[in-house]
Amino acid sequence: MIDKLVFYFQFPFVRYALIVGVLIAMCASMLGVTLVLKRFSYIGDGLSHVAFGAMAIAGLTNLTNNMIIIMPITALSAVLLLRTGQNTKIKGDAAIAMISVGALAIGYLIMNLFPSSSNITGDVCTTLFGSSSLLTLSVADVWTCVILSVIVTALFVVFYNKIFAVTFDENFARATGTKADRYNLLIAVIIAVIVVLAMKMVGTLLISALVIFPAVSAMRLFNSYRSVTICAVVISVVCAFAGIIISILAGTPVGSTIVAVDVVAFIFCYIAGMFVGGARA
Amino acid sequence: MALLTIQNLSLGYESRAIIEGLNFTVNEGQYLCIVGENGSGKTTLMKTLLGLQDPLGGQILIGDGLKKNEIGYLPQQTLVQRDFPASVREIVLSGCQSRCGLRPFYNKAEKQLAADNMERMGITQFANRCYRDLSGGQQQRVLLARALCATQKILLLDEPVSGLDPKVTAEMYSLIKKLNDEGITIIMISHDIETATRYASHILHIGSNIFYGTKDEYLESEVGRFFLRNQKGGEADD
Ligand SMILES: Nc1ncnc2c1ncn2[C@@H]1O[C@H](COP(=O)(O)OP(=O)(O)OP(=O)(O)O)[C@@H](O)[C@H]1O
Ligand SMILES: [Mg+2]
Repeated sequence: MIDKLVFYFQFPFVRYALIVGVLIAMCASMLGVTLVLKRFSYIGDGLSHVAFGAMAIAGLTNLTNNMIIIMPITALSAVLLLRTGQNTKIKGDAAIAMISVGALAIGYLIMNLFPSSSNITGDVCTTLFGSSSLLTLSVADVWTCVILSVIVTALFVVFYNKIFAVTFDENFARATGTKADRYNLLIAVIIAVIVVLAMKMVGTLLISALVIFPAVSAMRLFNSYRSVTICAVVISVVCAFAGIIISILAGTPVGSTIVAVDVVAFIFCYIAGMFVGGARA
Repeated sequence: MALLTIQNLSLGYESRAIIEGLNFTVNEGQYLCIVGENGSGKTTLMKTLLGLQDPLGGQILIGDGLKKNEIGYLPQQTLVQRDFPASVREIVLSGCQSRCGLRPFYNKAEKQLAADNMERMGITQFANRCYRDLSGGQQQRVLLARALCATQKILLLDEPVSGLDPKVTAEMYSLIKKLNDEGITIIMISHDIETATRYASHILHIGSNIFYGTKDEYLESEVGRFFLRNQKGGEADD
């Protein structure tokens, strides 16, 4: 088995896959706590559908780097979804469902009307559940991913205290003069970037899992925002690493393997949490 | 000039006014209690004072060099806060956020301020505990310490004792009174008219009849006597 791994690591695309996978897992888990507690999970979910539609549109253009199209559309939708989510007049939930399901339908329609390959079902499946292997990454993909991850991480660290204040109690933050809207916007745009980044690896349907599972697992074990955030990042990175290795060795689809490992980690944390909780009480 | 001057203020939701023509002033060191029936618009008034929602008309003038980011606020607890994984220290420190401006991290002075306010509220021993594991009364003291980090001047409290038992309620009220004696202006919404008339220096009664004046004036007034009688009658029925 070790021999097999060493053999695989000789290939640059295997190393690329690991770098990209670990970076994406790290970014996705950082904002997990905020998303779960702010009831923002729905935005992540809605955005992944939008990203599916955007991907289909990008497929029409034959650009080599389809991020140029997907990223702005998704970021714009993030802003829109946030607005409608806060609007009490239009039913927020319904608006989000409309946008995300609409994008899904139009995306599928476009893929069928203008097929880029003969295997439409395969294409759709890849977009929804991630490519069956991560090994198709180009050097440009890797660099895009590295740069965006650095930006996302830097933004998160710089605005860490503000994100905490706005997540814990938005009204208080607002009342004492913090520009809460600005930070909500920042959070939404960061989510959009993460969704687009993660799309390639786990597919649009599984992105929420990557965001939510590590955060919820860490919340079983730790009590402060800082330790939960750090723990979520560690869990997520370890799971992504293990998932990619397993998928290479066993030939399983990479996205669902990572998510499966995340699920196992959650079960472990859940059980461990009961013991920790028991000791505390 | 007064700390807050409210002129002909109307407030409500989506252009449907709940209260119209409200006039009152809040001076430094005052202890103002806002009373009124359920749904009379007390919370709405407080949100408007805090700038969380726009008034439908009229003006809120801020004076005496009070800055927008020198207001402390103790909200009613929301569901999100109940299961939030955050330590007491992190929460109290987040009260210093308004001092930071664009600076990303807290400095020494702010950390010291948070520690002092935890000491003041008697929660230093919980500093590393998780907020969601504390009792209701302890949680309120954490939020009060956070509010104190945001202000030295004025505190707005929205029903600070709801859900607390009588003993903790009494402790909470004397804590607030102590802060008032130290010079902090208090504006508090209260359901409990007895306490309101015991501690407050001024009363604002909102509802179909609006009354603003000192506590003694209120006790003499038509509105006050009626409300007091009703509340006591209501409690005797329970
Ligand atoms: N978001 C909202 N949109 C529209 N109307 C609202 C909203 N929130 C409250 N109201 C209405 O405004 C009125 C005043 O509500 P408010 O919460 O200010 O009352 P309150 O005096 O604080 O009551 P309580 O003593 O029960 O806390 C109520 O009639 C309520 O139905
Ligand atoms: Mg209220």
